[in-house]
Amino acid sequence: MSVTQLGMPSIGVPRKGFFTDTSLCIGCKACEVACKEWNSVPADTALELSGESFDNTSALGANSWRHVAFIEQKVPAADPSANDGVKWLMSSDVCKHCTHAACLDVCPTGALFRTEHGTVVVQQDICNGCGYCVSACPYGVIDQRPEDGRVFKCTMCYDRLGAGEEPACAKACPTKSIQYGELDELRERADARVAELHERGEEGARLYGHNPEDGVGGDGAFFLLLDEPETYGLPPDPVVTTKDLPVMWKRAAGAAAGLLLGAVAVFWGAKN
Amino acid sequence: MSPRRKHPEEFTSYYGRPILKKPTWSAVDIAGYIFAGGLAGASSMLAAGAQHSGRPSLERRSKVLALTAISASAVALVHDLGRPERFLNMLRMAKPTSPMSMGSWILSIYGPLAGASAASNVLGILPRAGRACGVGAAVAGAAVATYTGVLLADTAVPTWHDAHEVLPFVFAGSAAASAGGIGAALAPLAEAAPARRMAVGGAVVETLMSFKMERSGQLSTETLHQGRAGTLLRLSKAFTVGGAVALALGGRQSRLLSTMGGLSVAAGSALLRFGVFEAGVASTLDPKYVVVPQRQRVDAAAQKTDSVGV
Ligand code: SF4
Ligand code: SF4
Repeated sequence: MSVTQLGMPSIGVPRKGFFTDTSLCIGCKACEVACKEWNSVPADTALELSGESFDNTSALGANSWRHVAFIEQKVPAADPSANDGVKWLMSSDVCKHCTHAACLDVCPTGALFRTEHGTVVVQQDICNGCGYCVSACPYGVIDQRPEDGRVFKCTMCYDRLGAGEEPACAKACPTKSIQYGELDELRERADARVAELHERGEEGARLYGHNPEDGVGGDGAFFLLLDEPETYGLPPDPVVTTKDLPVMWKRAAGAAAGLLLGAVAVFWGAKN
Repeated sequence: MSPRRKHPEEFTSYYGRPILKKPTWSAVDIAGYIFAGGLAGASSMLAAGAQHSGRPSLERRSKVLALTAISASAVALVHDLGRPERFLNMLRMAKPTSPMSMGSWILSIYGPLAGASAASNVLGILPRAGRACGVGAAVAGAAVATYTGVLLADTAVPTWHDAHEVLPFVFAGSAAASAGGIGAALAPLAEAAPARRMAVGGAVVETLMSFKMERSGQLSTETLHQGRAGTLLRLSKAFTVGGAVALALGGRQSRLLSTMGGLSVAAGSALLRFGVFEAGVASTLDPKYVVVPQRQRVDAAAQKTDSVGV
């Protein structure tokens, strides 16, 4: 019952996507800044330091369309007399542009749509501010600007793509941690990179969101991670909520029928 | 460990930060909307039964109640959206994958029917058409009272989504309880029997289905027992069960018991909606409701392929 399940294949041109290779990320935040600059995304009101990490953006939101996570992990020293070491993981997160996009499915106005590049974008002049997409997204990406009511998220630089340019974040990334291109080609590149890392002994390397058989039909923006997804604040096995919608409508129809029968029953044999 | 977290977590997460976004809805708008919609829909059923069984007072009061409740729910919806014209924008398409879109259409069919049948009754004009609208409102009212279960369940909010199979039944029972309860409180004793039965029957279904929802064994049901949501839901049961007992035992003879019992059942129904709403919100704030079940699923799947593959 996912409209995207019906709509996805026929975009005519190869689907575009992001491959974010976090093994290359140096946490410079160039992507966050480039995204804000190009898309005129407002700053969040006050400068707030989270006080628990180098990450002060904290999460994706209406005003943060790229978010660089900083994960500090303790590495116990082999020699008990030595100090423990620290290991860093950095990762630039973004809207996943899901194949079966719950946000798009549940949007009552059609403000969210599938572009000719296979990406998911909000049409700001149509968004009603109902917030349904916010609660539908299994990744917690899209969010509302409270002062505005409407919702915002990464557009994969829809305007730049149309002009044959790559998204601002990918362009600004100095280490090629963020790669933009045709999704099929990116998937091949990612497979090769994982194999290479495994060969080098980086056992934790794995892909996330690359599998078209997963609960969201695969992501248009997928990742190479060095640890479990939840370490980066990503759900381990997200499923598009509309997958269960046929069951839900059936249950609602059953409940409505029961309600009507019940209403008849309370009047039964009580005719005045 | 993050200073925001009081206890070290038994699962991995990113500084204990939420994975999902908290619903943008306010409790009064959305829980209120769902309560008022259910009350209106089931009141229309009561009104239709009353119109066909010759209970003019019950009929008029239920019709006016339905119209009042659905108007209140429209106000809540518009308040949630921010501007009235945004309701019209909801009708720019009909989309079966969006319960909110379907709900907007259900409301725009139901609202005018409920309005017309109330107007005809109160003003005494076009009685036949008014009665036909009354029947239409009863049928559409069943959809109004139950689609809201889908509205909440079709989200990534763990507590709501995990309850997707029972939620429409919880809400249907609760709608009947509230309409019957207020009907019993408003109608003269001589006409109130069906309202009382609807209240008691609704209360039974509401209570049984809520227990089913709370004991499904899913991790997310925790939020139905804890904190504010837990308090609201415990209160809800006390009001619902207490009111239903009062109605069943003394509602026939005593005006006072009929009124108090009816209002108590309706209060229980309202508290249920607020409790379910709060429980859902709570389940988005703690990443464990996302990570733990999904991790179990992944690990189970990996084990299966391992044992098959090797
Ligand atoms: S990640 Fe969320 S906001 Fe982005 S396409 Fe998927 S469901 Fe929509
Ligand atoms: S908030 Fe806007 S984009 Fe999101 S579901 Fe509502 S209308 Fe669609």
